[in-house]
Amino acid sequence: MLKTSEISHSYKGSQSFNFPDIYCPARETLLILGQSGVGKTTLLHILGGILPPKKGSVSINDTSIYDLPGNKRDKFRGKQIGIVFQKPYFVQSLNATENLMLAQKMAGLTPDKSWIKELLDNLRLSHRAASMTFTMSQGEQQRLSIARAVINKPSLILADEPSSALDDINCKQLIELLDKQALELNASLVIVTHDNRLKQYHSNQIELNAYEPD
Amino acid sequence: MNLIKLAWKNIIHNPLSLLLNLVLLTLGIGLINFILSVNHQLKDKFDKNLAEIDLVIGAKGSPLQLILSSMYHIDAPTGNISIAEAKPFLRESHPLIKASVPLSMGDSYKAHRIIGSDHSIVQLYNAEISRGKLWNNVYEVTAGAEVARKLNLTLGTEFTSSHGFNDDEDLEHEHGVFEVVGILKPTGSVIDQLLLCSTESVWDVHDHHDSDDHSNDSNPEVDDHDHDHGEHHDHDDHKHDHDHGEHHDHDDHKHDHDHNHSVQQDHRNDISRAHLLEHEDKDITSILIQYKNRTNFQALSMPRNINENTDLQAASPAYEINRLYDMMGTGTKALQLIAYLIAIVSAISIFVSLLNSLKQRKYELSLMRVLGGKPTSLFGLILLEGLILAILGFVCGMLASHLAFSGLAQSLGDKYNYNFQAWLFHGKESLLVLGTVSLGIIAAIIPALMAYRTNIHRNLSEA
Repeated sequence: MLKTSEISHSYKGSQSFNFPDIYCPARETLLILGQSGVGKTTLLHILGGILPPKKGSVSINDTSIYDLPGNKRDKFRGKQIGIVFQKPYFVQSLNATENLMLAQKMAGLTPDKSWIKELLDNLRLSHRAASMTFTMSQGEQQRLSIARAVINKPSLILADEPSSALDDINCKQLIELLDKQALELNASLVIVTHDNRLKQYHSNQIELNAYEPD
Repeated sequence: MNLIKLAWKNIIHNPLSLLLNLVLLTLGIGLINFILSVNHQLKDKFDKNLAEIDLVIGAKGSPLQLILSSMYHIDAPTGNISIAEAKPFLRESHPLIKASVPLSMGDSYKAHRIIGSDHSIVQLYNAEISRGKLWNNVYEVTAGAEVARKLNLTLGTEFTSSHGFNDDEDLEHEHGVFEVVGILKPTGSVIDQLLLCSTESVWDVHDHHDSDDHSNDSNPEVDDHDHDHGEHHDHDDHKHDHDHGEHHDHDDHKHDHDHNHSVQQDHRNDISRAHLLEHEDKDITSILIQYKNRTNFQALSMPRNINENTDLQAASPAYEINRLYDMMGTGTKALQLIAYLIAIVSAISIFVSLLNSLKQRKYELSLMRVLGGKPTSLFGLILLEGLILAILGFVCGMLASHLAFSGLAQSLGDKYNYNFQAWLFHGKESLLVLGTVSLGIIAAIIPALMAYRTNIHRNLSEA
């Protein structure tokens, strides 16, 4: 369950963003829509525990994450939040399985090989288990980054423009995959996107508008 | 997937920069260690062979040469001195001298020096007999442990000597077959490399220019116990007469003269100091001297007195060896400087490659933070990468230097008359470990701090 209240953020010498309050219970999907420059990435980072907002609070399962001290917030983020980035980033020197193991290790968990295998199977990546990530196709990389986002069974899955590079068929498959994973894990799923194709899949939507007055 | 494993994977992910860093480190550390090892063992050798010798007396010439030839057996002797001149210093009753060892050299066997002396040399180097016995009779040889091993000498081995110190068959003496009668235990000092025999043996082998001489074969038919020199054969067994031309019959005329046994067993066995001193017109090469009391005023002025008032030369090993260290020091220092420079360059190279990889990996590092990694984990990761490189470089450098050393040990050993041990570790190697580790840390600390301060939000917004 994700809940925010009155978050706003501003960069030095730049515009400030006021974000609407967000509420997304477990097993639900929320679309946050908006054009470029309305602070979508800023909001995603704030929701993901990466960027402390200037004002307001973010609660995940009733834990106010920005009230946690730095190290605890890092661990909390690793365990409770899974992020699918727009570009799939991986540790280049590690293969697919090792990247997933790293995600568990960084969160302070013990790598669980059978769970990793199961995930790779679910995401049709078992044949790529030992591949280096830079040798994988874009679709494979995207699925692997979904695998990594859910590996620690988080309560919140965040996806940043996950469909921007995909055609309609793949876009649909991706959304279904994300939904399925979120449902299985009892997680809230928040998708930040400017891709209007996604509107048809989820009715729970928030539109961000540019330059909201402070 | 712990940090060490990750650091390792990151390092081998970039084989070219790994190679560059390793080559530099191996060169730098290898060179430093090579110099340290060789220096250490050379110094060790020089120190061991000091054997508490306070003074070397020999012919006029270079004092360093006298020391090197008489104590380390790595240079030609300065010349010979007559027993008459040397006599005062060889007397056992000399008030200042605790021990004196006469040395006669000039011959070698397969580039190993044959040294004529008496048993005092064995005491001087604290050597002990391992097999057989010490030499007594003419042409009996007791071999040092190392020369015995190298030349495969065993009791009963016979050989002829060559004139000079090189292995030159043209200069082989045709007479004088030496027989190994004993082998010493290893001492670590220069005596391990020497073939020891009596002073008379050295005289004998050089006095023979006559091929019909019978010095080496104990011919039972000839009732002649005088295997002496030149044309003179002393058949007059019962006159103890030292005046047979220029030769001396120094055997015991009272013994029976049965030569059927081994080499001249029953005469020429007088290797006492007093006997040596009777041959005033004979030469020896030098004398090694230990003082009774090194701080005695008279002892301190003895070298100057010898140098000013006699035709002899006295040289102090401690002084000359320090001079030698100074001379060697300049070359070594230049080489060492180069080695340290290479080490510094390799530190810079590690620094640059870490910094570069940091730029390439900024998303990775941010990602690790997003995944729950602490800033200190990133700091540790980069530091580990620097450290692992440094330790790898240390291992390669060590291997390289010891391999190079073992490749050179043979020729170095022959040159310096010393058995170098290429795989012997010295105390400074642990210092070198510390140095290398600090090099790795210094090279990695700034990149590690930068990783520590990774701004996840900014890095991930740039995409």
